[in-house]
Amino acid sequence: MGLIAAELERHGISTVVIQLLRLVAEKVGPPRGLMVPFRHGYPLDTPNDPEKQMAVIQAALQLLEDPSQEPPALVDYSPDAKG
Amino acid sequence: MGDMSEFSLGVKAFIRTYRWRKIDPVPWTPLSKPLSECRLGLVSTAGLTLQGQQPFDDDIKGGDSSYREIPWDSDIGRLVENHRSESWDHRGVEQDPNIAFPLDRLRELVEQGGVGSLAERYLSFMGSVTATGRMVRDVVPEARASFVDQGVDIALLVPV
Repeated sequence: MGLIAAELERHGISTVVIQLLRLVAEKVGPPRGLMVPFRHGYPLDTPNDPEKQMAVIQAALQLLEDPSQEPPALVDYSPDAKG
Repeated sequence: MGDMSEFSLGVKAFIRTYRWRKIDPVPWTPLSKPLSECRLGLVSTAGLTLQGQQPFDDDIKGGDSSYREIPWDSDIGRLVENHRSESWDHRGVEQDPNIAFPLDRLRELVEQGGVGSLAERYLSFMGSVTATGRMVRDVVPEARASFVDQGVDIALLVPV
């Protein structure tokens, strides 16, 4: 996943990867990763809960807008944080 | 965070000892315009295909690194999950594929003005590819070209 992100970034596309496992995120080092507290198989939180799913997506996209980030930018997702 | 305790001993050992390809240097494209003007592309490695598309092949040594293109306006009910890995719980994606391939959420995001537009075709991989050299050489540039040709500005990548 990080390797795809890197290829896209090299060609002018800004990326953010949902990250489920810190160990792998730190070994691979994607340009931007939102580290989520969910089990494997549940990257955008809860099935049939649009609000929770959208919250994760919006948090990921906000990483793209954050000028303070530098690569690799690995940021923890806080479900209760206000976007 | 996903946790190593979810995995069998064999999978844990693989994750710890596998020679992950570190991205170095890390490429970086800063956002060039507001999200509300950006075209968003989705990449998922949940092994989803549309009904009628060729399923991913479980028997390819090193993993099936091919991808399927999924139109942005596809019905979520037409997605079929055939990921080969047994190291994650498939029940969530079976209940609601949006948690790994958020077709409905991204359409809502555009309606809300969160992004400007969506790629015509998203990219669906299976993941669990260990022959990453072959994938990076042969497949990823083609996938990238698809997004570049579609005028994609930003990409959301979702694993399982």
